[in-house]
Amino acid sequence: MRLSPSGLSLPGPSRRSLLSGAGGAALLAGAGIPLLSACGGSGSAADPKTVTLGSNASDAVPKKAFAEIYATFRKRSGITVDVNTKDHNTFQEQINSYLQGTPDDVFNWFAGYRMQFFAAKKLATPIDDVWAKIEGNFPEAMKKLSKGEDGKYYFVPLYTYPWALFYRRSVFQQHGYEVPTTWDELVALCKRMKKDGLVPIAFGDKDAWPAMGTFDQINFRLNGYDFHVELMGGKASWTDAKVKSVFDHWSELLPYHQDGAMGRTWQDAAQTLVAKKAGMYLLGSFVGQQFTDKADLDDLDFFAFPEINPAHGQDTVEAPTDGFMVSKAPKNHAGVVKLLEYLGTPEAEAVYLKADSSVVAASSKADTSSYTALQKKAYTMISGAKSLTQFMDRDSRPDFTSTVMQPALQKFIQNPKGVDGLLSSIERQKKTIFASS
Amino acid sequence: MTTDTTTKTPEAATVPPPGAAPGTTRAARGHRRLLTRRDRITLAFMAGVPTVLHVALVWVTALASILLAFTTWDGIGFDSIQWVGLENFEQLFSDNPQFWPAVQHNVIWFAALILVPTPFGLFLAVQLDKRIRFSRVYQTAFFLPVVISMACIGFVWQLVYNPDTGLINSVVGANEPGHYIDWIGDPHLNLWAVLVAASWRHTGYMMILYLAGLKSVDPSLREASALDGANEWQSFRHVVFPTLRPTNTVVLVVTIIEALRAFDLVFVFNKGAQGTELLSILVTNNIIGESSRIGYGSAIAVVLLVISLAVIIPYLVATFRKERRS
Repeated sequence: MRLSPSGLSLPGPSRRSLLSGAGGAALLAGAGIPLLSACGGSGSAADPKTVTLGSNASDAVPKKAFAEIYATFRKRSGITVDVNTKDHNTFQEQINSYLQGTPDDVFNWFAGYRMQFFAAKKLATPIDDVWAKIEGNFPEAMKKLSKGEDGKYYFVPLYTYPWALFYRRSVFQQHGYEVPTTWDELVALCKRMKKDGLVPIAFGDKDAWPAMGTFDQINFRLNGYDFHVELMGGKASWTDAKVKSVFDHWSELLPYHQDGAMGRTWQDAAQTLVAKKAGMYLLGSFVGQQFTDKADLDDLDFFAFPEINPAHGQDTVEAPTDGFMVSKAPKNHAGVVKLLEYLGTPEAEAVYLKADSSVVAASSKADTSSYTALQKKAYTMISGAKSLTQFMDRDSRPDFTSTVMQPALQKFIQNPKGVDGLLSSIERQKKTIFASS
Repeated sequence: MTTDTTTKTPEAATVPPPGAAPGTTRAARGHRRLLTRRDRITLAFMAGVPTVLHVALVWVTALASILLAFTTWDGIGFDSIQWVGLENFEQLFSDNPQFWPAVQHNVIWFAALILVPTPFGLFLAVQLDKRIRFSRVYQTAFFLPVVISMACIGFVWQLVYNPDTGLINSVVGANEPGHYIDWIGDPHLNLWAVLVAASWRHTGYMMILYLAGLKSVDPSLREASALDGANEWQSFRHVVFPTLRPTNTVVLVVTIIEALRAFDLVFVFNKGAQGTELLSILVTNNIIGESSRIGYGSAIAVVLLVISLAVIIPYLVATFRKERRS
């Protein structure tokens, strides 16, 4: 209802003209579909005082933490960061078309293969100029993670978190358990826990990715970091005896995992640890988010997955790292460089960590004095690691991990006896996927 | 911008086109046109817009996915499309461990829907057709699941089936270590668990279709059969059911379509994990998201299309033949 300037209401449109109007609108909308992808951040084209940033931090805690970083950056440089936040999963699913359209200048992304993939596809801008300034802030392992296959830098890491076996200190004290450091000790501990009426290892694989974490741990403990890289990169064969051995070890441990894992989400599995019904839980440190009670959270502790092969000890830590990349043609290149230089400083990381305590800073120079005990331990573990892995689905092709590995590992968990057939099936599918493009 | 046009158009619409307008004079000189220019424009819009949308969203996309099925493409830039011939199909038929189970599950889905909820829906419809008390209340109750979206149904039922906190396991005491019944994860159970949810909805759908069919059965037929001494079952079996033939055809087609398009319920339930793979879910998993195996996913979609056509074409041929005869 629109009022004419004099205040009288205009006659309503006749039904027919309304119909043709609606038809026209539909046509416009139809023609507008390809243009919709252009909506992301092209509005503030060449404004030297603005940098656009595509963010996947849709959860409340990280969203606020990022906002604080950008506010501080604005105060120091006078450059506004125009954030375009999308739902975490949607962001990930649309990333291909997003980067091909008119993406924001800077975007949130993950280190490792998933970063190198877009670098190789020329959908990202190398940032060696930024790294010339921030190089001193990061340990060697982080530098390795930030480079593309061509040896150039494409990524600025912000924070990272370790995967480990989490447990409650009070439960271990009550039963007199000790942290296992070898495979045999771990199996023995599982046996004891089972006898004591606990679920030795909490487990939920409804989301299909947690099982990948277990595979990774056993694989690099048994076969080492280099084999992990070869296997994930599609070079080593899945029918190799080394891989078979990973599944043999896993089969030994599987009876001590929580029953009914396929129908359980990781959150529900974490609740059994919260409720002291489970002894241990192999997950990333984000498991702490499920400990809503402060006293429970203080009781949470973790240890690195025990040694299996003395040749590799516990030298590798799975530490997925999140950070930033620059899209193919940023509109405000100078501003982008300034922003990334700031994001690569320990201060920016400190601002972020103040709001989100489930992760640790990627920089080796970050101030650790305000860390919780859990964060301090995570920090020591990561900085002491010889090699860092990202996670199966970040170290390998996402099409391979999501369409082949996720169902395959779920199948293994259902039926641990059919490993041979499973592995040759994985290998056949891997060959075709890695052969394409 | 849009508000301006809407305020202007009413004027244009209410004022009749002046006789001096070039279009009308030409029409007056030639044969009399039944439609004014405005009518023709409106008609062109009303026929044109749906046609354009239909061609663009149905035909072009279907043809594009058929073409893409013979290529490999990661979705980045059109120059990365590579022609691979039948390779995708070869891989699909021989190497993909999920493909044949998916086909099988689609077939089971159809068989289960036609064997359980369809007869049950017919049974309910026959009962409700007897003008029992509160008939409307029952109708509404049975029809409600059809109104709810499949995604919501999936969500609700996966709460019921949750191994730790779900209704069923809590009631039967199967949420203890060693006693778990994994309704969602166990590949021997989960398809049936989902089918219970699907049937719950399908029963109401079938009931409404049959109820409409029963309303159109001539009451004099029943009267006649009653006078001839037929009991209730006999009159249903030999008089009412044969007259429901057109309804049965609709039911069959609807059920086949339901079985082929089954997707949302399962996707919400457990994302098509082992035991509940469906063709539609394989298509989505391969195409959507970062995986972007667009060629391969299209090949699966083409298989689904071929199956759909194999079912629908005979139906359409039969229908048209019948129409021509009458």
